[in-house]
Amino acid sequence: MSSRKEPEVPKKTKPAVSRRGFIQGVGLGTGALGGALTGTAEAAPQSAGGAVSGPGAVPFSLRINGKTHNVTLEPRVTLLDALRDSLDLTGAKRVCDRGTCGACTVIVDGRAVYACSVLAIDMQGRQIQTIEGIGTPDKPHPVTSAFVEHDAQQCGYCTPGFVMAAKAYLDRNPNPRSEADVEAGLGGNLCRCGTYVGVRKAVLDAARDVRRGRNA
Amino acid sequence: MPNYNWPPQGQRRLMGKRLSRLDGIEKASGYAKYASDLNPPNLLHGALLTAPHAHCRVTSIDVSEAKAMQGVTSVRVIAPAGTEIQWRGAEVAAVSATSETIALDALKKIKVQYEVLPHLVKEEDLKKAGPRAKAAGEQLTGDPDQGFKEADVVVEGYYGIPVITHCCLEPHGQVVEWKSDAVNMFPSTQNVTGIGGDLAKALELPATQVRVQMNHIGGGFGSKFVSDRWGIEAAHMSKESGGRPVKLFLDRETELTIAGVRPSCFGKVKLGAKKDGTITTWESDTWATGGHGGGGSPPIPYVFTNIPNQRKAHSAVSINAGGVRAWRAPNHQQACFMTDCALEDLAAKLNMDPLDVFAKNADLTPRPEVYRNQLRQAAELMDWKKKWHPRGQSGSGTLKRGLGVAIHTWQGGGHDSKAICRINPDGTVEVELGSQDLGTGTRTAIAIVAAETLGLPLNAIRVKIGDNQYPPSGASGGSTTIGGVSASTRKASVNSLEKLFAAVAPSLGAQADQLEAVDGRIQVKGQASKNLTWKAACNKLGATSIAEMGENERRNPGSLISAGVGGVQMAEVEVDTETGIVRMIKSVAVQDCGTVVNLKTAESQVYGGCIMSIAAALLEERVMDEQTGRVLNPDMEFYKLSGIGDIGEIVVKMNMEKEYDDRGVIGLGEPAAIGLNAAIGNAVANAIGVRVSNAPFTPDRVLAALEGRTA
Amino acid sequence: MHAFEYANPTTLKDALALLGNRWGDADVLAGGTDILSLMKDEVYVSKRLVNIKNIKELGGISMSRGALRIGAGATLEQLIENAEIRKSFPSLAAAARGVASPQIRNIGTVGGDLCQRPRCWYYRGGNGLLAKGANGRPLVPNGENKYHAIFGHEGGAYFVSPSSLGPALVALDAKIKLASASGTREVEAAKFFVAPASDTARETALLPNEIVTEILVPAGMRNATYEVREKQALDWPLATASVALQMKGNSVASAKVVLGHVAPTPWLAAAAGQALSGKSLSDSTIAEAADAAVQGAKPLSQNKYKVQLARVAVKRALTEIARGRA
Repeated sequence: MSSRKEPEVPKKTKPAVSRRGFIQGVGLGTGALGGALTGTAEAAPQSAGGAVSGPGAVPFSLRINGKTHNVTLEPRVTLLDALRDSLDLTGAKRVCDRGTCGACTVIVDGRAVYACSVLAIDMQGRQIQTIEGIGTPDKPHPVTSAFVEHDAQQCGYCTPGFVMAAKAYLDRNPNPRSEADVEAGLGGNLCRCGTYVGVRKAVLDAARDVRRGRNA
Repeated sequence: MPNYNWPPQGQRRLMGKRLSRLDGIEKASGYAKYASDLNPPNLLHGALLTAPHAHCRVTSIDVSEAKAMQGVTSVRVIAPAGTEIQWRGAEVAAVSATSETIALDALKKIKVQYEVLPHLVKEEDLKKAGPRAKAAGEQLTGDPDQGFKEADVVVEGYYGIPVITHCCLEPHGQVVEWKSDAVNMFPSTQNVTGIGGDLAKALELPATQVRVQMNHIGGGFGSKFVSDRWGIEAAHMSKESGGRPVKLFLDRETELTIAGVRPSCFGKVKLGAKKDGTITTWESDTWATGGHGGGGSPPIPYVFTNIPNQRKAHSAVSINAGGVRAWRAPNHQQACFMTDCALEDLAAKLNMDPLDVFAKNADLTPRPEVYRNQLRQAAELMDWKKKWHPRGQSGSGTLKRGLGVAIHTWQGGGHDSKAICRINPDGTVEVELGSQDLGTGTRTAIAIVAAETLGLPLNAIRVKIGDNQYPPSGASGGSTTIGGVSASTRKASVNSLEKLFAAVAPSLGAQADQLEAVDGRIQVKGQASKNLTWKAACNKLGATSIAEMGENERRNPGSLISAGVGGVQMAEVEVDTETGIVRMIKSVAVQDCGTVVNLKTAESQVYGGCIMSIAAALLEERVMDEQTGRVLNPDMEFYKLSGIGDIGEIVVKMNMEKEYDDRGVIGLGEPAAIGLNAAIGNAVANAIGVRVSNAPFTPDRVLAALEGRTA
Repeated sequence: MHAFEYANPTTLKDALALLGNRWGDADVLAGGTDILSLMKDEVYVSKRLVNIKNIKELGGISMSRGALRIGAGATLEQLIENAEIRKSFPSLAAAARGVASPQIRNIGTVGGDLCQRPRCWYYRGGNGLLAKGANGRPLVPNGENKYHAIFGHEGGAYFVSPSSLGPALVALDAKIKLASASGTREVEAAKFFVAPASDTARETALLPNEIVTEILVPAGMRNATYEVREKQALDWPLATASVALQMKGNSVASAKVVLGHVAPTPWLAAAAGQALSGKSLSDSTIAEAADAAVQGAKPLSQNKYKVQLARVAVKRALTEIARGRA
């Protein structure tokens, strides 16, 4: 990185640690400082009401793939970095890190979202689904299988994001009629190797498989 | 010597079929671990401080405050006081820390003072380059002056194609640990076998002390061959941090600023031709930049190399910007653009169908019959004869359609590669080689060749690549991988199979050379009832595995592989003449690649090459600002790539006819990514009646061309 | 990104109490895509982010007494999915549909669309809002300005307003409600957007201690938005036009034509509105209005083409209405 000139810094700086947040953090100490614990007991929501937490690490819970993860992170940590660096859920990739490529797509409360552009602490109480939560190599999601069948991937770095965007799209639009429909649904993801031809076919095929699966 | 030849085309069970890639599920399910996904215990995070000026000298650098920060384990000065820096984004210092946020915070504490020096960051206007443009000597063939004098028609045009970046989705970087005297490196690389030696040299260690492992790479396109400054510094930081592993990957801004670009090319091309379209004379005056080192010398005239009279002048411009790295088919997109756009302009001036002009001049190429055949095939797939109209005669509406064509070539060949095929007594089979799968499907291709050879199903082969402890195999560059690994794998598999035949021949009451491996059995040729299952045959090995080597020598490739292909690509576009927006309707690619190993992934290479070309033709350019010396779009917002809705229909035809198949395996990653850029430029000209000189064909340029201004 | 405090209030009152009187002391975090990008680039530093996604009173879309009420916390996707908006405010629906991508529209809010900062690559690169070089000279007119303003840059703001909804709201005579700890106020959409005169000024009338709470849009006008863009998605428009017409029978009683992405604010093309007044929509009146819309444009060295794009956007937006498509 290069430090960019002339940032708009507030003129007066004061100690950035909020007492209330700090005390609250200590009070909820889970022993998970700097790391993450997976369990069932949820930490109380951070800074509910008028409370302020941070800027240091604070404990909170995330609900990911049906499991509760207790983490202790600074407020500035994005959901993507929390997934990748603290929870070893690395299917979501960090590519643009600015909400412009889709490689970090996860599903939050049923909607596709860029994990790089939301704070982890902001996702308390939400249902987060990552690529790891929708299937495994042994039991893949129908969208995943369709991507393989249609070779809708090359280097594969954008692929988990595409699969998640496709799943979120099909969950809400189970009957895409054409490739144009698919294009509108998957406009938020970019691929550098050029796999879109396969992606279009894969999503249409997956829609059929998902429908069949529902009817079975 | 054993017979290594490929089975006859009609007898192949796997090769040439559409087979899904073996690592597809692992990647698409998110479980595949790329180097950037690794989180080993005690991991440290590295970050780079880079130069904020395009040309400057470091006058002082103070890292003491950063070093003192809690959580920082190492700070490295890369550019000490006195260092002259030639481009913005060059590495100045590096930090490792227990978290990425601490590492980034520590960068802010490094105090650097610079003396700012004058810079040049743009090369489109050669006049402004002054002494930084270095002319190569004029090249002369035949008598161009006489050629133009005798020509029935002379056409002159200006064309330009900008610097673009690789924009690999997985940025450059690695996880690396240096413990006592050994280094473990987990890079994102196209060069598993070679990168360890490169790093060892930089660290002054014996090559034996660097172990390299990589399962997957998130894009390279020619930019990931060496260990790079950041890899070397990460290793040092690991050592300075007690051997803890350090992860250092470039952020997107740095990735697009310093991790490689494709050179530009600008200039004038003048063609002389006879009335019937036969080209007699070429003259070009071109320039290009690939960064501070100059660079970029496109091979023009492209493909039509035998134009009898030629005069060529070319200058390399040195600018203060991140440097060139091989970009999928280096120099060929530029050469194709300069040449095939000029050919289309010639056709328009002659009022001829460019298809006829390209076909007529195919005799000036090294493979006239291939191109004529491909032009015919592509034209059929495009429905060219029905759709084509003379330039600009595209109706009265505001939406104008047009067609364009371009042809390309790539040499390729197979790189040096050694493979071991191991047949174990329990019937399992492993193929080991120090190669890598860039997403081209190399892993799957290796399995296909081994399974085809051994008469086994695809899933019976365990492919082991991505480790420099396996037999050396070349870097994946220049479309040389498929040739190298398919030949070495074929030979290793044949050699091992012969050993197996020898081991089981007595129990089948036959000579080893009477045996064949078919459908999971070893049987006597002509007496299929005399057979052993594969597993029973392997059981005869007792306790010892067979492990034979196969080798491809680049300079002595034999008959399994070849080099040199031709391809034709066509574009149909629709231009909104009110807005200047160009929309892709259809692309056609006809590609020669010799023996096809896996049709599914081969076609994917061509689709991908077309889509990269669409982005390059319509959207991509690195925008430099002369005032600040900065790349203005080192991001994925204004460094625009095509999305799924921007590509139109794409039709791919692989030439698998016997005469192509007979040549052996040839790589196709590069050729697939060449022609369409120029074809789109030609289609735009055909649609709107005027040439848009500079790619990408954005609305500003298209509208300016329509208004008759320079574009 | 510098470290910051985080607050997660569930009532507007709590949220307002957490804001400060200076930008950067505390900032609102809605969808977050824009402010987090700015903070990652360290172009902007905030000491406290106040999440407002959990404040119920900021949500919701409803019709009451002939006006549309859009909660500032409503997502762009909710706007698109709303049947009433699709039917009566196609201009807003089209503008929302054009925003970036499904992922952004799923979390990006209406208030965020209005308050997001410019995408000018000099600003985002750290040269300040007005993009001046080391010698104080403006960088844009002498630099790479193909995406910059063709109107309204006389005051030194060369960036274009990035808001997609802004032009439509200005055309529809919407009002924007702002709340602070000391009360609420209502600002006409046209006055909400301002061209800043200094690097520390803002592009909207919003004060540091205020939150956009809701947008009120009067119904009854025919309206449409047309965007000219290079890519189908994940791209900024090069020029847009939003039009709103008060009809009297077959003729236009009054019209507002507002251009987007051509000026530091949504750009009210008053002459275009006047050109339509009292006339029925025909190819020739539409063409006259389109020409009038771009009168007085002052293109920079590389963006003359945007004049044409703006003209075409007006023509096509009006044509959609004339053909009954909007």
